[in-house]
Amino acid sequence: MRIACPFCGERELGEFTYLGDAKPVRPAAGASEDEVFDYVYLRDNVAGETSEHWYHGGGCRAWLKVGRNTLTHEISSVEPAAGAGARQAAK
Amino acid sequence: MSSSQSHRLPSGGLIDRSAPLNFRFDGKTFSGFQGDTLASALIANGVKLVGRSFKYHRPRGILTAGSEEPNALVELRTGARREPNTKATTAELYEGLEAASQNRWPSLRHDVMSVNQLFAPIFVAGFYYKTFMWPAKFWEAIYEPAIRRAAGLGRAAGVADPDHYDKAWAHCDVLIGGSGPAGLAAALAAGRSGARVILCEEDFSLGGRLLADGGTIDGLPAAEWLSRTLAELAALPDVRIMTRMTLFGVYDGGTYGALERVNDHLPSPPEHQVRQRLWRIVARRCVVAAGAIERPIVFVGNDTPGVMMASAMRTYVARYAATPAKRIALFTNNEDGWRTVETALGSGLQIAAVIDARPDVSPAHRSLASKGGFPVLHGSVSGVDGGKDGVRKIAVSLTGGARAEVEADGLAVSGGWNPAVGLTSYHRGRPKWSDDIAAFVPDGAPPGMVAAGAANGAFGLGACLAEGFTAGSAAAHDAGHSGKAGTAPVADDEAFSLTPLWHVAGKGKAFVDYQHDVTASDIELAQREGFESVEHLKRYTTLGMATDQGKTSNVAGLAIMAAVSGRSIPETGTTIYRPPYVPVAIGAFAGHHRDETFHATRLTPSHHWAAEQGAVFVDTGLWKRAQWYPRTGEKDWLESVTREVKAVRGGVGFCDVSTLGKIDVHGPDAGAFLDRVYINTFSNLAVGKARYGLMLREDGIVYDDGTTSRLAEDHYFLTTTTAKAGLVMQHLEFCRQVLFPELDVQLTSVSDQWAQFSIAGPKTRDLLREIVDPAEDLSNEGFPFMGAREVALRGGIKARLFRISFSGEMAFEISVPARFGDAMARNLMLAGKPFGVTPYGTEALGVMRVEKGHVAGPELSGTTTAADLGLGKMMSTKKDFIGRVMAGREALVAPDRQVVVGVKPTDKARRLRSGAHIIPKGQTPGPGNDQGYVTSVCFSPTSDQWIGLGLVERGRERTGEIVQAHDPLRGEDYEVELCNPVFYDPDGVRQRG
Ligand SMILES: [Zn+2]
Repeated sequence: MRIACPFCGERELGEFTYLGDAKPVRPAAGASEDEVFDYVYLRDNVAGETSEHWYHGGGCRAWLKVGRNTLTHEISSVEPAAGAGARQAAK
Repeated sequence: MSSSQSHRLPSGGLIDRSAPLNFRFDGKTFSGFQGDTLASALIANGVKLVGRSFKYHRPRGILTAGSEEPNALVELRTGARREPNTKATTAELYEGLEAASQNRWPSLRHDVMSVNQLFAPIFVAGFYYKTFMWPAKFWEAIYEPAIRRAAGLGRAAGVADPDHYDKAWAHCDVLIGGSGPAGLAAALAAGRSGARVILCEEDFSLGGRLLADGGTIDGLPAAEWLSRTLAELAALPDVRIMTRMTLFGVYDGGTYGALERVNDHLPSPPEHQVRQRLWRIVARRCVVAAGAIERPIVFVGNDTPGVMMASAMRTYVARYAATPAKRIALFTNNEDGWRTVETALGSGLQIAAVIDARPDVSPAHRSLASKGGFPVLHGSVSGVDGGKDGVRKIAVSLTGGARAEVEADGLAVSGGWNPAVGLTSYHRGRPKWSDDIAAFVPDGAPPGMVAAGAANGAFGLGACLAEGFTAGSAAAHDAGHSGKAGTAPVADDEAFSLTPLWHVAGKGKAFVDYQHDVTASDIELAQREGFESVEHLKRYTTLGMATDQGKTSNVAGLAIMAAVSGRSIPETGTTIYRPPYVPVAIGAFAGHHRDETFHATRLTPSHHWAAEQGAVFVDTGLWKRAQWYPRTGEKDWLESVTREVKAVRGGVGFCDVSTLGKIDVHGPDAGAFLDRVYINTFSNLAVGKARYGLMLREDGIVYDDGTTSRLAEDHYFLTTTTAKAGLVMQHLEFCRQVLFPELDVQLTSVSDQWAQFSIAGPKTRDLLREIVDPAEDLSNEGFPFMGAREVALRGGIKARLFRISFSGEMAFEISVPARFGDAMARNLMLAGKPFGVTPYGTEALGVMRVEKGHVAGPELSGTTTAADLGLGKMMSTKKDFIGRVMAGREALVAPDRQVVVGVKPTDKARRLRSGAHIIPKGQTPGPGNDQGYVTSVCFSPTSDQWIGLGLVERGRERTGEIVQAHDPLRGEDYEVELCNPVFYDPDGVRQRG
């Protein structure tokens, strides 16, 4: 599998680390225990298109949001996380 | 000694008769030529019997001339290089080659296990399941060892492989698998278009079927067209041709796996060379031109040595000038089989008869038969009279019911051809049935891949060339190359005209899967017993599960199942295809990642100095760390470690702690950021100060700890544990980039940039004053406990100095740029000589931390909370931080949690062991009263006894209680006292002094 890092170009799977579902959003301070529980533990088991967090630890250390199909392994999109390198630097 | 090659034609073939080679098979010496395979050389020497079958130990000969071979498996080489289950049909002959047949005892010709044939009825499909069900304990003790001895393949060498294996990457526009007419035409088209091409060929010679079948291309004899084509390809700048290289798998994103047998054709690899190389090839497009595999017909006696695939028979004759038989019969259901007759007649061999299962034979072949003076029998082979010395007679059932007999010493069989659909099906693709050729053909392929030629069901030479050329040209175009591909090579197509015939019913064993000894009746039995699904059929009968993965057997097996279950073949379907296409040694996957080079090794900045001191090193993740520094006369590690601890507590010592993870945190929001990732507050830390910090996971469990210092208003220096250095960096980057992108903060990993030493003991200041610029104030007022700042060293180098203590002594940690780490160690030794400075290793470090009750890896076990570690009060209630909410969940704050406590045996002479369970005194140990365990232990020179830390239920409330340590692993039970985990200087006077 290969992921096209927006900063480094297309790279081999071994350079990346998988974290998991990118959909859950960390609740703001003051959120209830139930909300945080959902964020920490509850995940959909998707057969098809997913959005996932991947870390380019063997490259630029950017966190990426990768659109991937769990049935075909096809990667439909790769976006840098909101605070990933170049964006933050460009501010 | 070529005179011994009784079955070698006097001329012809692609062998080099000027290069004779001697080899040994089962201890007997033979000779062959350069260009032979072991199989062709054995055939040239008249050897027919090459192995015994898996289950019934039936005599077996060579069936094919390629990597699909199910029978002719040998142990190749001897000693440490002995490799079992090597196919004689692909093993290249070299001078001195040694091979042995497998699965026989005491010898190939007299194999006692062939009595298995007499018990054949118990070896039917599913016999393992049926026969050895009960009692269960008999399985391990009796059945399995006995079966393994009787039904084995080759023996592994049993010692370490002395050779090296390599792994490599390659990138190209167009990858082509196979160098037959389709592959070569694809390479021409893609190469001429300007694409970067890699052409892989499994064989050591290029040309595929052209090598044996010849033909006419562009008006030229095939051999001439081949040499012209290879010359043109060699002249193209971006075409790379790799022989002895098998494409075995396709992975996501256009990544392909290939095995290059770099030096398998030599007795041993030349110095500094590898035996095999595993390639990962990234290709924009791939053309699979892997050809097709001729399939057997299932009839009684079809495994007799001397029964051979028709294409293999003509390959041995035409390519190797070796004659498997002198009087050949052909059993075919298609036109292609007749090529073997043409080749044999052309080489002066006799044809005994052609048994053709079809109602009609072409006029051309009919006249060939009358010219050659042999009969054409319409019918099928119903039996073979022969044995370990080969075929003698063939029984034929003629269409209409009459019987005939043919005297022949070889039987060529062609049941048609199966396209090699493996690669195209490896992403769970299912091939589709083609009635035209009665075979499965690819139905789509993984993205970027296309099949061409025989692999795609196009068997004619002209069709192969045309399909290959079109595919190569399209692949180059898709990869962005639009150069002129020129014109495609042209040839005529031969007739195929096949009438399907899978199985000739009869009494006796008719083999489907030769390698696993699966017969037609096994398949019928599986159907009767309800194992109709192909996946069940496969597992119940083991059809297609041997090392050849059913290359010659799967489709025939499906066809027989289809017939007995009253379904069509496409309705019956195929099993799932999985890589690798050919067996790949684990050694090739491992490459250089074995033994000392299993993983990369990280050396601390003072490593070489420590090695000079005779340090004993310990592996800590990738690191080599000095564990202790033995001195002459010390009898064991404990004596050395105890000396080191005493030297620190009584004077001064130092230890390289560069393995800690180090992260510079910069930016106006650095403090706010740290407040969110640590449970305690860092935004209020004064510049010039250090603070111990604890991080949780979002689920409330402790993640990591370390000391973080504020070096400037917008600059913190964070340290992590050695084990979590990389993971904490990843976690913090996640927090920064994903969770809190609004914070203006940057992280820089500086773990490798700083050499860091802990200097500890009451004489630390004295030593430091020799190192640090005298202008720096190191007094308790000028540099108080938990102070942190940059200082100048004598000579001007800038260092970072932290007054922190892991040992509980007056201590500093000093960081210098990593390139000065070695010099720092040497200077500390030099400057510290008057103070008796003692280098100490990770053992002494650990002893002192246990004495001080500091938690480390064994306590930060991924199950403990801050409160469990006695650090609950550090959790700020005034801010949000990672893990805050979940840390408050009921079970994580339960009063009966196992918490850190000190442990010491009541018998001061007793050794305490980590892992011992804590049980209430006087009770019988069991899961119901297991209250925790001992996590860390050491011999404490200060307490003069073994002490430890443990995680014990309500441990802190039970100080002074005597409990039982139960160690079933070591068979020990003894009493220990639960106590304050801080054994040494509980008020912390020394570290503040
Ligand atoms: Zn990157």
